Amino acid sequence: MAELRALVAVKRVIDFAVKIRVKPDKTGVVTDGVKHSMNPFCEIAVEEAVRLKEKKLVKEVIAVSCGPVQCQETIRTALAMGADRGIHVEVPAAEADRVGPLQVARVLAKLAEREKVDLVLLGKQAIDDDCNQTGQMTAGLLDWPQGTFASQVTLEGAKLKVEREIDGGLETLRLKLPAVVTTDLRLNEPRYATLPNIMKAKKKKIEVIKASDLGVDLSSKLTVVSVEDPPQRTAGVKVETTEDLVAKLKEVGRI
Amino acid sequence: MVSHQVPRWSAWIFRASPGWQRTACAPGASVGQQRWPRIPWQVSGPLAFRGCASTAPRVPRVMPTSERYPVQRLPFSVVSEEDLAAFERIIPGRVITDPEELEVANVDWLRTVRGCSKVLLRPRTTEEVSHILRHCHQRNLAVNPQGGNTGMVGGSVPVFDEIILSTALMNQVISFHDVSGILVCQAGCVLEELNHYVQERGFIMPLDLGAKGSCHIGGNVATNAGGLRFLRYGSLRGTVLGLEVVLADGTVLDCLTSLRKDNTGYDLKQLFIGSEGTLGVITAVSISCPPRPKAVNVAFLGCPGFAEVLQAFSTCKGTLGEILSAFEFMDAECMQLVGQHLHLARPVRESPFYILVETSGSSAEHDAEKLDGFLEQALGSGLVTDGTVGTDQSKAQSLWALRERITEALSHDGYVFKYDVSLPVERFYDLVSDLRARLGPRAKHVVGYGHLGDGNLHLNVTAEAFSTALLGALEPYVYTWTAAQRGSVSAEHGLGLRKKDVLGYSKPPTAVQLMWQLKALLDPRGLLNPYKTLPAHA
Repeated sequence: MAELRALVAVKRVIDFAVKIRVKPDKTGVVTDGVKHSMNPFCEIAVEEAVRLKEKKLVKEVIAVSCGPVQCQETIRTALAMGADRGIHVEVPAAEADRVGPLQVARVLAKLAEREKVDLVLLGKQAIDDDCNQTGQMTAGLLDWPQGTFASQVTLEGAKLKVEREIDGGLETLRLKLPAVVTTDLRLNEPRYATLPNIMKAKKKKIEVIKASDLGVDLSSKLTVVSVEDPPQRTAGVKVETTEDLVAKLKEVGRI
Repeated sequence: MVSHQVPRWSAWIFRASPGWQRTACAPGASVGQQRWPRIPWQVSGPLAFRGCASTAPRVPRVMPTSERYPVQRLPFSVVSEEDLAAFERIIPGRVITDPEELEVANVDWLRTVRGCSKVLLRPRTTEEVSHILRHCHQRNLAVNPQGGNTGMVGGSVPVFDEIILSTALMNQVISFHDVSGILVCQAGCVLEELNHYVQERGFIMPLDLGAKGSCHIGGNVATNAGGLRFLRYGSLRGTVLGLEVVLADGTVLDCLTSLRKDNTGYDLKQLFIGSEGTLGVITAVSISCPPRPKAVNVAFLGCPGFAEVLQAFSTCKGTLGEILSAFEFMDAECMQLVGQHLHLARPVRESPFYILVETSGSSAEHDAEKLDGFLEQALGSGLVTDGTVGTDQSKAQSLWALRERITEALSHDGYVFKYDVSLPVERFYDLVSDLRARLGPRAKHVVGYGHLGDGNLHLNVTAEAFSTALLGALEPYVYTWTAAQRGSVSAEHGLGLRKKDVLGYSKPPTAVQLMWQLKALLDPRGLLNPYKTLPAHA
């Protein structure tokens, strides 16, 4: 086996324990000074890639991220977890907002061909936009088979067996390699990056390139019109007796 | 209780969801009593006060304090029907006499002491507390003030039939000044809720402890709680700016100023801080909150020996300097217990000791650089054999959980003998090793962990069940050992019921004499939290 190479895409998002605030001008959410970290699903993808490498099924794991210079921290985290090298597709901060799933998919497709990888792993969706599109678009552009919402991934010869979580239960697919897999929550539990690996990761290489170097056009046909808070939850009213309940319901015109 | 078989951060997904946080958005709004059940205080926590007594699991009955400890009931009056009627007039609908609700309030969180109070009172205002105490003073009725009931020394529950005065409904934030960070609130506000409230406004509470989900700020002040942020923000004696206290005869003492500096006369609030409810009932607190740090980093490291732990501490102070906000340590047995009972994964290679280092500062790059420098130095010089850094908030919380939930894990291991001592750091762990040798197979586990940065060791011994023989082997050995090092026999837990007779190991007789005099001055009838804190008067 062990001649396979994997490309793992990681996204830098606002840390999911942080309370999100909408900017007063409604153009987006507040990101200045807010803690960012690796998208939890991307972490699972990195963990899966590293586990495949530990099982000697994958030879090299390349971590890639598209965005402003801070993305390199996220790539370093992937390196600390066990990825071998990183690629940072640099996008100036001003343009970063307009880079969506389609643009990232174009980048990943070109990179997958350039690096001649056999497996592209991504998280099923990012917790900031919840798009759940990048993996599928990448597979489409590459014309590769895809196994999304993977809860188990096993290599069987030249095929990949992927167990997927779907509404009705679990679906098992066999994909011919090369393939794209997007990871779901129950695939694995990401490891803590250990100190020796964190130190080693500092010395691992991160190649910085621009989307234009790959011949990818990052223009988007979508514009964000406005970003708003969901309507405030109004307080409920507690009543003591059923008579009170009926009276209240009548009062608000519900019955 | 959340199962820990699922990926470690899915629990935090729930925690971060908006519906969970019951924070007030304006002063005067109620800070709710909701508690995140990751600390399963269900058994004796206020969750049962909501009438959910059925959620308390069937657990072995706790022996009444009067049977386990040699204590005689003092000649206070007994609560009568007239008294109940009088209380009902003062706080209509909030006089609890239901045995199931009282059962919970009569037992401490450690399930080691049990009283037999028949009355639980829940006032909402200082005025109500004043009327209640005036009545009790006239009738010579003993009163047990109770906050979150999370104390470690049996001070929060009655010994006999003292009336339980609960601050559970005194949970209003009175004001918050968002430039100075001064918070004024009632004594029954839950610490974690207050933390969320001030966090939203860019500040944090100056103290943090494992019991934050249940403890009340009034109780924290009454016990001069220390906790995990002590290293950085200091004692409540420095951060509390003012108190409102109701005295034993019902007099309201309003010293609730919010001034950083006020040298007008004797500083009375210092008397009540740490007085454990024996000099007055704290009803409101004014506290100074530090700004919320913009960058917090948590590193969890494994050390090959205790000497290396001490050296790591010195290195931390040297390289991290002003950004160091916590330095906690735990031994291998603690890690084994949290793994066994709470299924928390060990994040680093097995080591004899583990340390948790937290930095808090205003610049992420500056702090990361300093932390990297420290970690390289520690790893390079062999002080640390393995470690990890919490790369995102949920990982940081998971790392903290390993330290914060040790108490919980111990309580699952059997009966716990708890000791909380201040010692010179060099001799810290010697007490644990000595005890292990002394007790041998009589003890199930002997563990040491705690606030190394503050010189505070939490020494715990677990056994299948309480045994007087084991108690005899432990006491007074632990106290005499500590006294020989001129340490404190109760660093932060206080005296309560269980340590009231040992303060002599750390304080001279003249000091105890003066304490008796102060008690006689402020509570001549001895009605407030009797049988606790001070040894019986000779």
